[in-house]
Amino acid sequence: MEGAQAQQGDPAASGAGRPLVVLDKVNKHFGDLHVLRDVDLTVHAGEVVVVLGPSGSGKSTLCRTINRLESIDSGTITLDGQPLAAEGKALARLRSEVGMVFQAFNLFAHKTVLENVTLGPIKVRGLDKAAAVKRGRELLDRVGIGEQADKLPAQLSGGQQQRVAIARALAMDPKVILFDEPTSALDPEMINEVLEVMIQLARDGMTMVVITHEMGFARRAANRVVFMDLGEIVEQADPETFFSSPQSERGKDFLSKILSH
Amino acid sequence: MEILLDNIGKILEGFQVTLILFAGGTVLALVVGTVLASMRVSPVPPLRLVGATYVNVVRNTPLVLIFIIVVFALPELGIQFSFRLFAILAVGAYTAAFVTEALRSGVNTVQAGQAEAARALGMTFGQTLSHVIMPQAARSVIPPMGSILIALLKNTSVAAGFGVIEATGTLRELGRDFPQALYWLFFGIALGYVVLVLLVSAVFRQLERRLVVVR
Repeated sequence: MEGAQAQQGDPAASGAGRPLVVLDKVNKHFGDLHVLRDVDLTVHAGEVVVVLGPSGSGKSTLCRTINRLESIDSGTITLDGQPLAAEGKALARLRSEVGMVFQAFNLFAHKTVLENVTLGPIKVRGLDKAAAVKRGRELLDRVGIGEQADKLPAQLSGGQQQRVAIARALAMDPKVILFDEPTSALDPEMINEVLEVMIQLARDGMTMVVITHEMGFARRAANRVVFMDLGEIVEQADPETFFSSPQSERGKDFLSKILSH
Repeated sequence: MEILLDNIGKILEGFQVTLILFAGGTVLALVVGTVLASMRVSPVPPLRLVGATYVNVVRNTPLVLIFIIVVFALPELGIQFSFRLFAILAVGAYTAAFVTEALRSGVNTVQAGQAEAARALGMTFGQTLSHVIMPQAARSVIPPMGSILIALLKNTSVAAGFGVIEATGTLRELGRDFPQALYWLFFGIALGYVVLVLLVSAVFRQLERRLVVVR
């Protein structure tokens, strides 16, 4: 476990650049429930961090605190050196730098696929419509949904919707994208089409924090695996090390449960 | 029967005024109602309080009282409009309270994830509300909104008591001139209202069909 901790402070070990997302002693309660306990985490530019852990371990909450969809009780979170603002325009500006992909896709139900992708750039970035549409179509092509641009989200399959959601996040040119269980709501046959897009993104150098149960994705794309349990980061290591020889008892226990079948 | 045909011009004029009151009241109620609903769901407590107070005061006041306040109190304050404009103000302000509550119930039907996705893109509260939440909320409250506007249409008849000669005012004038044909006049004017309400219903049925949110 000590060895894994040491690796966190060593960007060269994960082949990454400057610290982009830094959580320092972050605590969060839901009523009496202590969901995040003194969480320290640094994500470097270009790094792909996969967060694993049993349900209720706080991994989803951790992800949501990074763009402050969840507030924190104590500690600090900085994005590219800037502390996360509490509210208002400053917070909105920081959020626009952080993409987010949700488990339930959350595409704007009344907007077409293309409008979903252009809304942020037009309203938040002030991009003119023609430029936003051009870029939006490029991004939809990139995730393989170009043909569906004028449909409504509900007319698409789950896998297609999630790829649109990734394109929507990319349209803001974010510094980092958070994936909150992006394939958990998908039918099995649609998981791969989403993972392929994510793996390509990782190869293109996007900084990503990914909450997922997909071990295959972690092995193929992650620089680092962070294992959480009961609101704490229990251990972190490169995927091979973690999957083949987890250091903590809780890590071993978790892997034995998910890998046994 | 002839009494209606003989006075058709006057009756149509009356309904024309009814339609003006209806159109003005609808615009006012929708604009004010949307603003108030936004206040009621905003994260700012004073705004929520203003919205809630307006709704509770106005919704619990009989429409005739609101007419009295508008028609008699505003001139005291030096605000003098035509009776027609006063009537639009009164029915619009009254209906706005109902529009607010319908929209607010619509906001509650929009999944929380929609607002989260908008905020995650960096939209402000106002942008989230106007581009993501309200358009979906409005679609989901089209049926109750239809009922509210039908009520508004019929409520314009209260203006007859405050110096506006709309359809009901016309009925009263014609009734005074031709008391022997009162039943025919009632029937004719009532039929006119029915036709207008059916038109409003038809418009809303179309809106419902076209704008229903596919989830």
